Amino acid sequence: MPIMQDSREATMAGRRSDGSPVKRPLSPHLQVYDMFQMSSLLSIAGRITGAAWAAGLVLMVWWLLAAASGPSAFATVQWFMSSWLGLLGLFGLSAAAWYHTLNGVRHLAWDAGYGYQIQDTYRTGRWVLIGTAVATVLTWLIAIIAWA
Amino acid sequence: MATFTLPKNSTIQPGKTHKAEAGAKNVKAFKIYRWDPDSGENPRTDTYEIDLDKCGPMVLDALIKIKNEVDTTLTFRRSCREGICGSCSMNIDGLNTLACLKPIDDNVSGEVKIYPLPHLPVVKDLVPDLSQLYAQLRSVEPWLKSETPPPPDAERRQSKDERAKLDGLWECILCFCCSTACPSYWWNGDRFLGPAVLLQAYRWIADSRDEATGERLDDLQDPFRLYRCHTIMNCARTCPKGLNPAAAIGKIKQMMVERET
Repeated sequence: MPIMQDSREATMAGRRSDGSPVKRPLSPHLQVYDMFQMSSLLSIAGRITGAAWAAGLVLMVWWLLAAASGPSAFATVQWFMSSWLGLLGLFGLSAAAWYHTLNGVRHLAWDAGYGYQIQDTYRTGRWVLIGTAVATVLTWLIAIIAWA
Repeated sequence: MATFTLPKNSTIQPGKTHKAEAGAKNVKAFKIYRWDPDSGENPRTDTYEIDLDKCGPMVLDALIKIKNEVDTTLTFRRSCREGICGSCSMNIDGLNTLACLKPIDDNVSGEVKIYPLPHLPVVKDLVPDLSQLYAQLRSVEPWLKSETPPPPDAERRQSKDERAKLDGLWECILCFCCSTACPSYWWNGDRFLGPAVLLQAYRWIADSRDEATGERLDDLQDPFRLYRCHTIMNCARTCPKGLNPAAAIGKIKQMMVERET
């Protein structure tokens, strides 16, 4: 017998009309639930952007390491970062960082006791989406102006 | 553990279609989850075409009509048909709600899709096993706990303000639409208490007559029981009574912090 990992397994045991045992099915969840409503969609986006940003920090460590090891290593990183793929990745990471930060402010408000009404949650959710778009575009405008 | 797919015995197969009677003009299709423990088969979805001209306005009216006139084997819980007993909670068109309070007219896109409450063991058709949820409710001891005896020949008094703190909490009918709408409860429901039970826990924490607030908070001071709530807000979004379990959980979290300072 395998060890039961989840106590809910016990409630999966059912009986047929003749008394014989049957394993009950699990009712569908992600398969049928509306996951594109603002509440769960922005929540999972927060988790994904957080993970993406954490992974993206590896790029920054690479950049710092290269800067410490010398001009030729640094030039390689600079070449990659300014390639289309590198720029696309940086753009995605900047958007993820802005989203995660603004959504984090929303979480701070919740933890302080504000914004629990569904209308407020939806309104602040829209602000986060608009804020992410505006802040990301501004970030890149400033970067391009500074670069050019 | 989060498992995003359904177990092998739970995947849904295509089912039968019961056509509307000839001459029906206002036909609506209802696609309904079916599972019979005696069949030895996987769950399936059967489609029932119903003449809305001969049917009441709510989804529950259609379910009762199907059971009375088309297929007597269709199994679901229902009792009061006015949103106070909490029996007919189910997943209708992607959101959990009470079938008796859900107008058929809300669906404008075609067929009405009806499934049992998500991520629970299925007893039969639209009847899920709620024993885990009831056990968790019992674990928060949802009754008045007091050392002080009540005044002789009188009830325990509350001020209007104290009583007002229970509004938005006492109305819960334990239909568990919220808990089974919560992805965190899907993945961690063996240890996370879920929105419905935490709202009940807060209902007693917030009660001025209850003297066990400290012990109640001690019991919830746990990475899973309380803190698997990530403020997803699906609970408040789906509650058919318009309550806000997320806000109640937020208040418990605040009390946890306040008593540390």
